[in-house]
Amino acid sequence: MYDLGKIIPGLIVFVGLVSFPIWYNGGDAGAIPKPEKPVLAKECVADIQYMRTTHMQLLMAWRDDIVREGGARTWATARGTEYNRSLQSGCMKCHTSKKKFCDTCHEYAAVTPYCWDCHIAPQETK
Amino acid sequence: MDAKRRDFLKMAGLSALAGLTAPAAVHMLVNKGPFQANAATAAPVGEAGEGGHEAAPATGVRLGMVIDIKKFGENQELARQCIEACHSIHNVPDYGNAKDEIKWIWTEDYEHAFTDQSQYKRNTTLHELPIMTLCNHCDNPPCVRACPTQATFKSKKTGAVLMDYHRCIGCRFCMAACPYGARSFNWRDPRGKDAKGQPFIKHLNADFPTRTRGVVEKCNFCAERLAVGKQPACVEACGDTGALVFGDLNDPSSPISKVLAENFTIQRNAALGTKPSLFYII
Repeated sequence: MYDLGKIIPGLIVFVGLVSFPIWYNGGDAGAIPKPEKPVLAKECVADIQYMRTTHMQLLMAWRDDIVREGGARTWATARGTEYNRSLQSGCMKCHTSKKKFCDTCHEYAAVTPYCWDCHIAPQETK
Repeated sequence: MDAKRRDFLKMAGLSALAGLTAPAAVHMLVNKGPFQANAATAAPVGEAGEGGHEAAPATGVRLGMVIDIKKFGENQELARQCIEACHSIHNVPDYGNAKDEIKWIWTEDYEHAFTDQSQYKRNTTLHELPIMTLCNHCDNPPCVRACPTQATFKSKKTGAVLMDYHRCIGCRFCMAACPYGARSFNWRDPRGKDAKGQPFIKHLNADFPTRTRGVVEKCNFCAERLAVGKQPACVEACGDTGALVFGDLNDPSSPISKVLAENFTIQRNAALGTKPSLFYII
């Protein structure tokens, strides 16, 4: 192979730059976010672990069913708790603070969903 | 290789023939018979009334509205109340100039609402009446055909022409396609403020979303209110004046069908074949 003397140091510098955030923070991923849980509600619309990983797909499914197919707005959990299949007037009725719930994880994961460009977040109480 | 030109042409011809007929032959084998598949696909094409002049087949719900021009003439406040009710519930921004105006429901002069009618010797009282206009919720909507993302579509359940704002890319083909000017484009951010610091949406209704800049919007026949058993906002604002009658056009016993049977009504530019679901008592 030609130019080994340039390629190998070049690769080392490249890997070093790409992995900068990891070694700069010492392999520490930062404090794990703790979204505030609602006080009054006893259960969510689905299993907590499912909601953690798949809430975005669930919201999309609700949206497509209600907006396009005219699907039912109220639904019930396996335990029979009725809920409104809506972000603005469903989710946010229990999770009353966008800042303390949605934003904690979204900021940690550096994702910016555009839900709130149109949907109105509940008023933040201090 | 001593292939002659004649042999080459023979082989090429046979190959072309085989290539052309093979898909049909495979199709026939798969569907076990030459005509079965054709019958299944051909049936929906010949549906009665599709784009033609005869009445559309009366299947399913088709929401419509009757607008009594005289009632709006007697009480000139009524139209303003309807517009106020609709626009405040749906967070419709007021940009303060006609160029950027967003309107779901609005009033028009007679001659601009009914452009296909002759205005020659038309009586003057009719010219002064405010004509309440909103999306016609056409049975054959040109905006739906124009939309490249299917952001606007005809509801299977109610026949109303709806918008899925999540999908709108702001190309404005639907605005060009709509012959009634029922669609408005957000040139500015509806959540923004004017030069004096006044928000474009005076009172935000927290139960309904806003739109963003770059999205087309229009009347949705209050789909969100109908879903929870309420009447459309404009119909509710009119109360029991009978100025607006709302209901299912395909149900012969509905109040709207009775009103339509008893009165002479006209539609806006019906000759275009869009089959509007709004009817006007003049």
